[in-house]
Amino acid sequence: MPNFFTDNKDIVFQFENLDLKEIAAIMEDDYKQAEIYNYAPVDYQDAIDNYRKVLEIVGDLAGNIIAPNAPSVDEEGAVFRDGKVTYAKGTREALEKLGQAELMGFTLPRRYDGLNCPTTIYVMAIEIVSRADASLMNIFGLQDIAETINKFGDADQKAEFLPKFSSGKYTGAMALTEPDAGSDLQAVKLHAYQDEKGQWRLRGMKRFITNGCGDIHLVLARSEAGTKDGRGLSMFASYHDDTVQVRRIENKLGIHGSPTCELQFKDTPAQLIGKRKFGLIKYVMDLMNGARIGVSAQALGIAQAAYEEAVKYAREREQFGKAIYTIPVVTNMLIDMRVRLESNRSLMYATSQWVDLRDKLEEKVNHIKEEGKDPGDLPNRQKEAAKISALLTPMTKYILAEDANKITYDSLQIHGGVGYMKEFNVERLVRDARITNIYEGTSQLQIVAAIGGVLNDILANHFEAKEKKKYKGTLERLADQLKQIRQIFLDSLKYVVDKNDKYFQDVAAKELVELYSYIFTGYLLLDEAEKESRKVFIANRYIITAMANARRNAEAIKNEQFSDLLHADEILI
Amino acid sequence: MSYNSIVLVKQVPDTANISGEVMKPDGTVNRAILPAIFNPEDKVALELALQVRDQYGGTVKVITMGPPKASDILRECLYMGADEAYLISDRKFAGADTLATSYVLAETIQTIGNFDLIFGGRQAIDGDTAQVGPQTAEKLGIPQVTYAEEIKKINKNAITIKRKTDGGSELVEAKIPVLITVIKEAATPRPFKAKRVMAYKNARTLMELEKMAEGNSLLYIDQLKDEYITKNLFIKTITTDDLDVELERCGIAGSPTKVHKVESVVLGASAHETIEPSKEALGKLVEKLMEDHIFG
Repeated sequence: MPNFFTDNKDIVFQFENLDLKEIAAIMEDDYKQAEIYNYAPVDYQDAIDNYRKVLEIVGDLAGNIIAPNAPSVDEEGAVFRDGKVTYAKGTREALEKLGQAELMGFTLPRRYDGLNCPTTIYVMAIEIVSRADASLMNIFGLQDIAETINKFGDADQKAEFLPKFSSGKYTGAMALTEPDAGSDLQAVKLHAYQDEKGQWRLRGMKRFITNGCGDIHLVLARSEAGTKDGRGLSMFASYHDDTVQVRRIENKLGIHGSPTCELQFKDTPAQLIGKRKFGLIKYVMDLMNGARIGVSAQALGIAQAAYEEAVKYAREREQFGKAIYTIPVVTNMLIDMRVRLESNRSLMYATSQWVDLRDKLEEKVNHIKEEGKDPGDLPNRQKEAAKISALLTPMTKYILAEDANKITYDSLQIHGGVGYMKEFNVERLVRDARITNIYEGTSQLQIVAAIGGVLNDILANHFEAKEKKKYKGTLERLADQLKQIRQIFLDSLKYVVDKNDKYFQDVAAKELVELYSYIFTGYLLLDEAEKESRKVFIANRYIITAMANARRNAEAIKNEQFSDLLHADEILI
Repeated sequence: MSYNSIVLVKQVPDTANISGEVMKPDGTVNRAILPAIFNPEDKVALELALQVRDQYGGTVKVITMGPPKASDILRECLYMGADEAYLISDRKFAGADTLATSYVLAETIQTIGNFDLIFGGRQAIDGDTAQVGPQTAEKLGIPQVTYAEEIKKINKNAITIKRKTDGGSELVEAKIPVLITVIKEAATPRPFKAKRVMAYKNARTLMELEKMAEGNSLLYIDQLKDEYITKNLFIKTITTDDLDVELERCGIAGSPTKVHKVESVVLGASAHETIEPSKEALGKLVEKLMEDHIFG
């Protein structure tokens, strides 16, 4: 009876150290919802207890239903036959259970039958599900679609679509990508037009659509004929009726349980969500940021699974008369994996709490304004949270997705030859991890999204406050090292800014974003080490490694490692 | 047509994960050192009752007899979707064997009344007797179907059930009301429903409220009970006061079963004997088995 929430000490540690007081109070209308709904909490303690119990249900399903099915889901995969997509048996069973457990409207308000949980708790659920079966996350994790309708749809649309998602009987798809519009969504062509009755209709192709066989599509389409850029795009919701055809599904390296579809819309009736022309510039950006958080958690869940496989195997496997776990090189790899995993988790939940704060403060500000009252300092705090979220979201996705690849890679390495075989779970994890640094924006695009905040050093105040804080013992030494890393970062930043060369800046961005992440994560770990002595080990290894990496990042910049880009044509023969 | 179901559930020690010395010298199980869980087949029974309700309408009430701590599984029943839960708990009911247990259960069921179907697990994983269900049916004077695998059909007055037999299965029809004991294969219990967990996590039995009141001089048990009833969080609690029972038929007083000895039987025969497929040889085999008290 494994429970993937309660058996994971580190996620429980993160859960117990969450500070969702302000977020929960806003979501619960200062706990007035308890007067209407018998499942609404009466105070913060009650809310936290509810969140814990929900995660226990997720952990139970993940450990006892989803994980045991993962190998067969991978083998069977989603199947396309006669125009119909069928999920693997294990996927169907998991979705049925998740629906029965009322977990498919995780963050939606109660009036739409949702659980009204913070995003942070949903992200924990995604991590837990992904640890069991990464491919299931692609369906479970699509709840952002409902969240987007909740944020930008009108009252009728919310009442129409949201309870359907909450019931678990309807799944969704976000139809953004097209054959010629992947990373560059401004190039989207799918045509949206109004017929003679004024009904919006969609016509055209979408490609690489995760769960494109879902019941409700959120479609990015060109509503402004003659336009060519992002400002001519709007967001639509449509049902998967006879006018929508799945033409094929992709044969992928990993996440086999998740059907990736090519879709054809033939004059499909649709509803405009929000305002015309805001499709890409506002709604998709919002949707995409939510999805990036989801993929980060997916990467983290895969990494957790891979770490566990590695430790288990290393303890069982004997060579040279002893468990390979005790061989220093292997022990060192395992510690490196564990430190990555825990530091990634710290970053994940710090980020998701900022995202929560951004969204809930926005709701609160809007609410106060509607009542004609003065929101005081709240709009400033909201803007601050938005700015920090806009940096942390892509930074987290970059770090976590890359590390999931590294951790699964090392896990397979520890398995040796058998890790390369289908009999062991780790080869599946390696394949599943590989997509996380590609979809919802490649790692390279995450750097582009994060670099603005880094160039403006938007966490300067945050870091300065941390630098003034007194840490004790080992932590004081580590805090000093973080100060040094920050100095290395500031010197490197100055070098890049002074150079004032767009090309140089573009390639140096990766080094700068990494440097920034060391400082932010480093302080998270220091603060955790104050709460639990074991975490000193994590902070210590992380910060010492970060120091070495920081020097390498700085060297790459200052020695102008990238200067040969000008000679690319001569080098790339 | 809707059907009202009553499900008999039991909290049992988790015998699947045994560690340490769990058998007491008197041959009974030392429950204190094993984690207490929802008897697996009872959970299946609840699932089946919930499926009947989902399909036809009606209500699902659950009953357990046990120590106050058994309220844990009643909350779990509420999390899965049961409409009402009853705890039968009283020191005078303690130490009951299957005879005394089924007596109290039958009396309670009659007090609750208004039922069409009674479900229970085939057996509990602690005693493994498989007797409580049948004995309860007998005392209620209703038919029983044991080892149920699948409900094939229900109509107004009768239910058709596929039940497992040694070599396969058989279809039986029974008049309603009927008591049905189910096997593991009959259904997969649904997960807890998140909203119901949040709503019923604070549901409490009378004993639990008494404990709360004990620790706080400002709380009065009657007031507390009313408050929990109003909030729909009171788990109905049945003691000897609530039933018209003969006390000498309850608990240890009403339990003739005495465990003589517990043995760990290991079947470790090394030799084997080939029996010819003839009438004569089979007759000899049966005789031998009877000599060894395996038959008869």
